[in-house]
Amino acid sequence: MATLSTPSPVHSNKQLPFYVFFSVVIWLIAYNLIQPLANWISYTVLGFAKDSRFGESLAFFLYDVPKILLLLSGMVFAISIIRTFFSPEQTRAFLGGKREGVGNVFAALLGIVTPFCSCSAVPLFIGFVESGIPLSVTFSFLIAAPTINEVAVIMLFGLFGWKVAGLYVLSGLVIAIVAGIVIGRLKMERYVEDFVWQIKSGAGQALDEKLTWNNRIERAWDSVKEIVGKVWLYVVIGIAVGAGIHGYVPESALVGIMGKQAWWSVPAAVVLGIPLYSNAAGIIPIVSALMEKGASLGTVLAFMMAVVGLSLPETIILRRVLKPQLIAVFVGVIAVAIIFTGYLFNIIL
Amino acid sequence: MLTIKVLGSGCANCKRVEQIVRKVVEDQALQADVIKVTEYPEIMKYNIMSTPGLVINEQVVSTGRIPTPAEVSAWLTSALETV
Repeated sequence: MATLSTPSPVHSNKQLPFYVFFSVVIWLIAYNLIQPLANWISYTVLGFAKDSRFGESLAFFLYDVPKILLLLSGMVFAISIIRTFFSPEQTRAFLGGKREGVGNVFAALLGIVTPFCSCSAVPLFIGFVESGIPLSVTFSFLIAAPTINEVAVIMLFGLFGWKVAGLYVLSGLVIAIVAGIVIGRLKMERYVEDFVWQIKSGAGQALDEKLTWNNRIERAWDSVKEIVGKVWLYVVIGIAVGAGIHGYVPESALVGIMGKQAWWSVPAAVVLGIPLYSNAAGIIPIVSALMEKGASLGTVLAFMMAVVGLSLPETIILRRVLKPQLIAVFVGVIAVAIIFTGYLFNIIL
Repeated sequence: MLTIKVLGSGCANCKRVEQIVRKVVEDQALQADVIKVTEYPEIMKYNIMSTPGLVINEQVVSTGRIPTPAEVSAWLTSALETV
């Protein structure tokens, strides 16, 4: 069969590395200017008093919106560049033949860097299972990939700092590894839809693209446009609500319902978080403001993980290949793991 | 005559790829069949793991992303030359 040639770049891209360099410089300048600029607009131009509630909320909003949007653009670009070096096909080839345990750890780690969209969960699941990768390893991947997602991690970093973002990534990894192993132990193979076991992938060679740096930069830029284009409105609304809470809700108002003492707040946060998937970008700023007012970190992290990791749309998509019993186990195991993590952080932090 | 298949179960990105392909085919007045493949057993025959996938004359040219109209056009031209 003749191979189709990859199209040559549409426009000359010799200058592309320079554009990237200048963008980085402009990004750094902008990132360092937004705090003084937000204060200047709120307190000098508009003349609000520094301790007024509205002035404080406005300065918070004017600082956080550009900060988060800049962080998202810059970091999604960097992560997307890294992702061009990974593909589901390579990940599958790497995981093939790995023992359980080791395989789960690698699957969870690769879940972070392999390009993944929940709309591709089914072909990915079939591709893994059909090539002989154990269900347990496949599930570790399918849990880590959406949970440790770039938008959630970047926003946690921007609004809570690197420690919380790191804790989130680490607990996401542990949950993916443990939940995968548990599902493996439960011997759920017969609850995979029968047609999956009958599929024989074509002998056709998988697409093997040779990417130039210009291709990688262009693709990363495309994903910045796509992701930021999709979430910016949620970010703005979320930060507006968060700014309102920041200025108007009294300190420690939430200790009673979202603090460490309220034992039921962790499971309640998980149950509340599951249907809120599409709004992850809008929820993090609100949650960040709630924490200032006395919500505890374990409860907040549990809520975040339920929002991002246990998504209703992905579950519905996976129903195509998993029987209801396995869907129930999948959701149940992750929910229990998240609740456990929430309690753990409430106790140790 | 070209046979173009868009592989994908009907997600937003798959529809986007189909639109782009149809537009290019129309703009260049090409003789082509554009077929949507939505059943997983059929999709998996092309050995792909991320959708949307684009197949031209039974050859996979792109997976897991939305190609640009310029790319699609170049693939179609190249496919026409090799027929």
